[in-house]
Amino acid sequence: MSTAVIRYIDKPHPVTGVTNAKLGTWCFLASEVMLFGALFSAYVLLRTGVSEWPHGSQFLNVPLATLNTLILITSSVTMVMSWASLMLKQFGKYRLYLAITILLALAFLVVKGFEYGHKFEHHHFPSTNTFYAIYFTLTGLHGLHVIGGVVVNAYFLFFGKRMWETHPEQFAGRIECAGLYWHFVDLVWIFLFPVLYLL
Amino acid sequence: MKEHSSHSHSASLPFWRKYIFSLDHKVIGVQYAVTGLLFLLFGFTLIMLIRWQLAYPGQPLPVIGHLFSEKMMVGGIMLPEFYNQLGAMHGTIMVFLGVVPLAVGGFGNYLVPLQIGAPDMAFPKLNMMSYWVYFMGGLIMLASFFLPEGAAQSGWTSYPPLANLASSGQTFWLLGMVFLITSSLLGSVNFIVTIAQLRADGLSFFRLPFFVWAQFITSFLLLLAFPPLEAAGVLQLMDRLAGTSFFMPSGLVVAGEQLAVSGGGNPVLWQHLFWFLAHPEVYVLILPAMGIVAEILACNTRKPIYGYRSMVYSVVAIGFLSFVVWAHHMFLTGMGTKMSGFFQITTMMISVPSVIILTALALSLWGGSIRFNTPMLFAIAFLPMFGIGGLTGLPLGLAASDVHLHDTYYVIGHFHYVVAPGTIFALFAGVYHWFPKVTGRKMSEVLGKIHFFFSLIFINGVFMPMFLMGLAGVSRRLYDPTQYAHAGSTQPLNVFVSICAWLLALAQIPFVLNFFGSLIFGKKVDRNPWEATTLEWAAPSPPPHGNFDEVPAVYRGPYEYSVPGQARDFWPQHMAKEN
Repeated sequence: MSTAVIRYIDKPHPVTGVTNAKLGTWCFLASEVMLFGALFSAYVLLRTGVSEWPHGSQFLNVPLATLNTLILITSSVTMVMSWASLMLKQFGKYRLYLAITILLALAFLVVKGFEYGHKFEHHHFPSTNTFYAIYFTLTGLHGLHVIGGVVVNAYFLFFGKRMWETHPEQFAGRIECAGLYWHFVDLVWIFLFPVLYLL
Repeated sequence: MKEHSSHSHSASLPFWRKYIFSLDHKVIGVQYAVTGLLFLLFGFTLIMLIRWQLAYPGQPLPVIGHLFSEKMMVGGIMLPEFYNQLGAMHGTIMVFLGVVPLAVGGFGNYLVPLQIGAPDMAFPKLNMMSYWVYFMGGLIMLASFFLPEGAAQSGWTSYPPLANLASSGQTFWLLGMVFLITSSLLGSVNFIVTIAQLRADGLSFFRLPFFVWAQFITSFLLLLAFPPLEAAGVLQLMDRLAGTSFFMPSGLVVAGEQLAVSGGGNPVLWQHLFWFLAHPEVYVLILPAMGIVAEILACNTRKPIYGYRSMVYSVVAIGFLSFVVWAHHMFLTGMGTKMSGFFQITTMMISVPSVIILTALALSLWGGSIRFNTPMLFAIAFLPMFGIGGLTGLPLGLAASDVHLHDTYYVIGHFHYVVAPGTIFALFAGVYHWFPKVTGRKMSEVLGKIHFFFSLIFINGVFMPMFLMGLAGVSRRLYDPTQYAHAGSTQPLNVFVSICAWLLALAQIPFVLNFFGSLIFGKKVDRNPWEATTLEWAAPSPPPHGNFDEVPAVYRGPYEYSVPGQARDFWPQHMAKEN
């Protein structure tokens, strides 16, 4: 039986300068860019294809969305703090910051839920017009990504201790990858907010 | 470096962990390949039913006709709805469930780690998940046939508004596609990381076998081209389930009544998103095939590939250009002459690297001492067959001639020459070539040659007449061609094509017998039966868990055959000194 192992799981490849997981995450994010890029392109085509397009600020709640933008940006900061704490070998602080990140993500979803509920109360559904259709699709898909991030981060929060004790470098790498994903989710919102609410 | 947990106790794993939910790239590769081959057979069966309807419209299908339900065939006579389902699902199954899983999931998974000297893929668990997500997608597609209104019937391209209004089979189609897209996303991430990170010491990028290069570029196409289709699928699902109007124009009238939708959407948007995937998808279908052919040609001509570097540059160029040619499928949507002009130019540009690769492969034969074994026959046949497919594509890429040929049987002939006697022949070549590595036994040459020659004759009998039918203006979507005056003159060709298709099916019997028979009766071989140079032949046949006896290192390029001054006519990549 061979003793061959998969290399570059915890140490970066000397030429590419990254671990397997980090390169994989970047590839995944590239594909996510194409996914949201296609939807943004669809938005542009739909909007330029008609003579009248509603202004987002008239129909959507800009103050709530601004609050949500702040929440997500803050959560990106705490995500970085969480990873930085691991690099400083402070596992307790890592847990604290990761828990705050998750709570902020949940807060984002709650605010989003209020926004959705408000729309439904006024009988504004995806089928109402193309503006609401693309609004619900884009924010809904982004919401799913937020939920995905919460699941991943919660897994690392509750089940990370053992791996931290046995493979600290690999675990820090995983948190870094989770962070990359989380910043991407944040970044998508940074684009969504002006495009849907302000323009 | 630490021992990877999945590699430590493979000998003691229970059966279901070792062969069903396995993390080993070789088992997953074989799973992909077998599933892909079964789907190819199933997709072929669907089209053989269609061939009966096209050859003998309105006549009951003999023997098996009465086995179908009332919603498919009445008294053995195919219903138009069922005909449409067969057409749509044939395309979907062949492309997304047959060829790509076999070429990328099967050959790629099995061979890439071996050819780069790695013990496994970079992410074994992701690899297993990728297979099972694909499997689920396949099940959803198959299940859609049992829906009350049957499977998707809006063509494999699912153009709205037709697809938006179609029965529930279309929803299943979209859900199935979401699974397949997810699977190929996971797979492509794995391939890119594996090839970038896990190459053996000394195996620089320009020492990679061309097959690995082809898989590398293919993975980028899958990674970046599939998400727009996922976006399109999400939008169409919203249209179908949430009542949105992404693809529904205002004032759409169906069956005399205006549809109760908000409107304001654009059906051409779907076409843009769909073809943004589906044109790179054509290269996903063809690049691994070119890779397989390059390996087999080099080995069986006993000389290096002609112009290896120019082939690598070409495959990279194809990768980039394939993202800017998609709208040549849409010349007839009225998108304007400027757009048509742009996509016409890019389409002509992408034919250049394709021709470079094909020319290099053809020139590789020159001066070689060729071994005409079964894999080599299939690989040589690939060259003219793909050549015909490629050259007949040029009139389709030019907007003026495409006006006449668009959506006719000419398109069907062109595309199938690329994929059926092109890619699928290359895949057969690959099966014959690497069967000894996977099983430790050779396949029968006699059965292999019977399979090859009859397949070659009948497959040309199937697709060559389609060019004539297309030039006569026969649309690809006619349920009963005898109803149309202009299609009457080519109806005898339809009968000929159908008979060739059924004979082609019979010609696959030697392959099935050979495949299963050789598992038991095939001649046992050692690790390098073809005297090849690349790394997979340095591993035992079949390779054990972890692949190599010792971690290989690489000292030279992939095709060092007939090197002057060497005692033998092949110089394996992993040998430090002369052999």
